[in-house]
Amino acid sequence: MNINLTLIGQVIAFFGFVWFCMKFVWPPIIAAMQEREKKIADGLAAADRASHDLELAQEKALERLKEAKHEAAGIVDSANKRASQIVEEAKTAAVTEAERVKTAARSEIEQETNRAREALRSQVAVLSLAGAEKVLGATIDQDAHADLVNKLAAEL
Amino acid sequence: MAGENQTVSEYIVHHLTNLTYGKLPAGYERYDGSIVGDGGAWVMAHGGAEAADMGFTAIHVDSMAWSIGLGIVFSWLFYSVAKKASSGVPSGLGSAVEMIVQFVDNTVRDTFHGRNPLIAPLSLTIFVWIFLMNLMDLVPVDIVPELMMLLGVEYHKIVPSTDPNITFGMAIGVLILILYYSIKVKGFGFARELAMNPFNHPLFIPVNLFMEIVGLLAKPFSLALRLFGNMYAGEMIFILIAALFSAGVAWMAPAGILQIGWAIFHILVITLQAFIFMVLTIVYLSMAHEDH
Repeated sequence: MNINLTLIGQVIAFFGFVWFCMKFVWPPIIAAMQEREKKIADGLAAADRASHDLELAQEKALERLKEAKHEAAGIVDSANKRASQIVEEAKTAAVTEAERVKTAARSEIEQETNRAREALRSQVAVLSLAGAEKVLGATIDQDAHADLVNKLAAEL
Repeated sequence: MAGENQTVSEYIVHHLTNLTYGKLPAGYERYDGSIVGDGGAWVMAHGGAEAADMGFTAIHVDSMAWSIGLGIVFSWLFYSVAKKASSGVPSGLGSAVEMIVQFVDNTVRDTFHGRNPLIAPLSLTIFVWIFLMNLMDLVPVDIVPELMMLLGVEYHKIVPSTDPNITFGMAIGVLILILYYSIKVKGFGFARELAMNPFNHPLFIPVNLFMEIVGLLAKPFSLALRLFGNMYAGEMIFILIAALFSAGVAWMAPAGILQIGWAIFHILVITLQAFIFMVLTIVYLSMAHEDH
């Protein structure tokens, strides 16, 4: 346990190793560690951001879905409305048409009837004239008795 | 273990003697009766008495070799990690080294509030180097000395921190740094601090100077003596336990239990002592940077 030159040797060695550590060991290790720390922090921040984005996207998707449903419901509703409207219109049109056809038919029938009646009337005039001729046995002067015959025919 | 022709006290003394290489003065009578010639002679000391008579012109070869060797182990280990250091995923040795670096860095950040690129690497070096030197204490006390005896080396102490030269050497290194930064940061204020504290009156300058210088020198002294005392006592107990093995077969079991118990306890001590040396160094240097 003597104090001797070992003391000086240790002082020199001490400064030598401290210098080496300060020059070659500490800076690269601490730099790498700080860089990693930053990387991890960035990664965590990115993950946070991503999860936040995901949440937002989910929310948006949900909203979109709701909107779409709403829209679809609206479309179906209006389609239904339109369909019933079309049916209604078709019904109305059909009724109108039927009415029209019926009216046309009726007027035609009337016309036919009238025509037939006219024809009958003129026939009756001729027939009655012929009958009268036969009955009287003489020729009725057509001109003289035309009034009478026509009156008769009109009465029919 | 103490040999058959060796008493316990001889065994202990042998284990506590450093391998010393030094200069014996002219006219000195050596252990074998030979007389050292003119101009002295550089020789390996034979026994403690010769080592003591060498005075200051001697060097503890074993302490120096283990101290520098362990310093190289530290430098190489950390340098190999530093070379490959990247911000990628750390693994194995890299994580272990980074854990230590992180730990030291946190301690420095907590204690030292200035900006000085030396403090953190200094603390790391002190912590790991002293830890490695203390770790040598856990090597069974007989292995290396016995091996060295086989190789013809008479004395060998493998724990550098049980050599006061080593602990004082580092403490002096710290003292030099304290003085350097005190003068660099405070300039003339450092002299004022020494002369005008704690009694701020010109009449008290001698008293102040005396007190402050004692206070300043107490720092490295406490550093060196604390480490030395702890490690020396620990080593001594290991040697005593080892001596107990030679006391007879009946003592083997208790000695073994003591050995294991003390070794486990000592793991705590060596780490703690390295940590204390580091923290106090940071604190002292932090004080050196504070301008009042």
